[in-house]
Amino acid sequence: MQLQGKKIIALGERDGVQGSALAACARSAGADVVLETTYCFV
Amino acid sequence: MTQTLEQPVIRGVRFFLAHTPGLVRYGSKPSRDIARDATIATAISTHLRSYEAAMAYPPNRAFLGHCAPDTLTAMAQPWFAHAAPASRWGAHGEIMPEEEFYGLLKICDAFELVRLEAGFVEEVRAALALHPLLTTADLARLGPGMPEADIVAQCRKGDTLPLALRDGRLIGSMQSAHEEDASLGADVLLENLACKASAVMALRTLLAQEQLDPLAIPYVLNSGEEAVGDRYQRGGGNLAKAIAEMTGCAAATGVDIKGFCCGPVHALALAGGLVSARVFSQVAVVGGCALSKLGMKYRGHLQHDQPVLEDVLAAVAILVGADDGVSPRLRLDALGRHTVAAGSSQKAIFEQIVSQPLTQLGLRFGDVDKYATELHNPEVTEPAGSGNVPQLNYRVIAGLAALHKEITPAQVPAFVATHGMPGFSPTQGHIASAIPFLGHAVDGLRNGTFQRVMFLAKGSLFLGRMTQMADGMSLLLERNAAGTHEETL
Repeated sequence: MQLQGKKIIALGERDGVQGSALAACARSAGADVVLETTYCFV
Repeated sequence: MTQTLEQPVIRGVRFFLAHTPGLVRYGSKPSRDIARDATIATAISTHLRSYEAAMAYPPNRAFLGHCAPDTLTAMAQPWFAHAAPASRWGAHGEIMPEEEFYGLLKICDAFELVRLEAGFVEEVRAALALHPLLTTADLARLGPGMPEADIVAQCRKGDTLPLALRDGRLIGSMQSAHEEDASLGADVLLENLACKASAVMALRTLLAQEQLDPLAIPYVLNSGEEAVGDRYQRGGGNLAKAIAEMTGCAAATGVDIKGFCCGPVHALALAGGLVSARVFSQVAVVGGCALSKLGMKYRGHLQHDQPVLEDVLAAVAILVGADDGVSPRLRLDALGRHTVAAGSSQKAIFEQIVSQPLTQLGLRFGDVDKYATELHNPEVTEPAGSGNVPQLNYRVIAGLAALHKEITPAQVPAFVATHGMPGFSPTQGHIASAIPFLGHAVDGLRNGTFQRVMFLAKGSLFLGRMTQMADGMSLLLERNAAGTHEETL
């Protein structure tokens, strides 16, 4: 997937991949992270 | 000055469940949805379980020590379809029916906030009179009750919550304590009172069954997540001393430890430190229920036409004391801490709370018989799309063992099966994080089934919007080789 120049919402999960980690990956691929957050679903 | 350190041990642990289908509508998710669409209350009520079904539910039986959690592995799902033998008391505690729990709320209410209907009070008085942990003085606190017409009139006021049984019968009400203070609203006070009452029963069970003198408990740490206080110090209050008051611990004081789901593990570490330093001879660590989490995943359960399984409230009480030569030892020299600098990836968290403590002690991953992590029942979470939380965590631990070259990637499933366990805990916040296995661990470490068990919990600090960080904490229990262990300062 080409992320360069795309706007990204990074929704993470406490027991999975956290929002900050998703955002870091997206930024490294040239994306513009407009929101990053992590939730706990339990 | 030379002073010796005590070796802290876990002297005992007990749990408490209350089956409260009538309170499911006051869980955070159901109450918000019902406010938007009243028909949801009807949909939920048609999927509520009987007390007998909740009592027979295999995960609840594992939680109360009727069976080992691993027995669930061989049991085909859905577990709620199994007609297991039903009994109220297990080796680690009881499951109380909702009628009695409403009576217990009244008994634990110090401000006349709970009003019960007179006829219901007499039914409950008769039932609670048979309970081995309730006294004549407790029963007197039930009072005479109120006429049903008065209850109905009160419930027409906006700041009063009606209290009803699973079948819809109105049996009482919960008042607010201040007309302008949201922190003292009926919904908040009901959550806090349920937390207090459930923790009281867990601690009473522990004290009675372990034949402990309540007057010999000098300090209580409450590790629950409920926020007690009024508008000037929301969440700044203290449930620990309120619980001590209702459990005969007249020589105790205490304080609340807050850490989201991590709270109980932090509290155990602190209790161990207080005992080790001889500040207190023993410390009771308690955690009451999380009423707000009732029915949290009800939508998924309704979609799958299965019972609403989040219908129980759960609490725990643990006694930390000095080494008695028998009880499992709490290794304060190898506490796992997820530090600020570590980063938030799963690998970073587990390196700090699993790998580092093992390295400190010169142990390998396989030297720990069981890892107790987030133990949420997957039958609750999977229908709602939240996955199998314990399994996710066990795969990370096994993956780390592989990264450390202790096992091969092909051995990951076998490691998970051997050193993990299926989730069996009600989704009761802090209660579900590692602590549900403590009763089984103490039994196994005493009888030699286990040599070491690690407890690791994670706290979702980001939920409070003050940081993006999570937290993690772990501690290791090991079998006690008879004799005391002392270090010199």
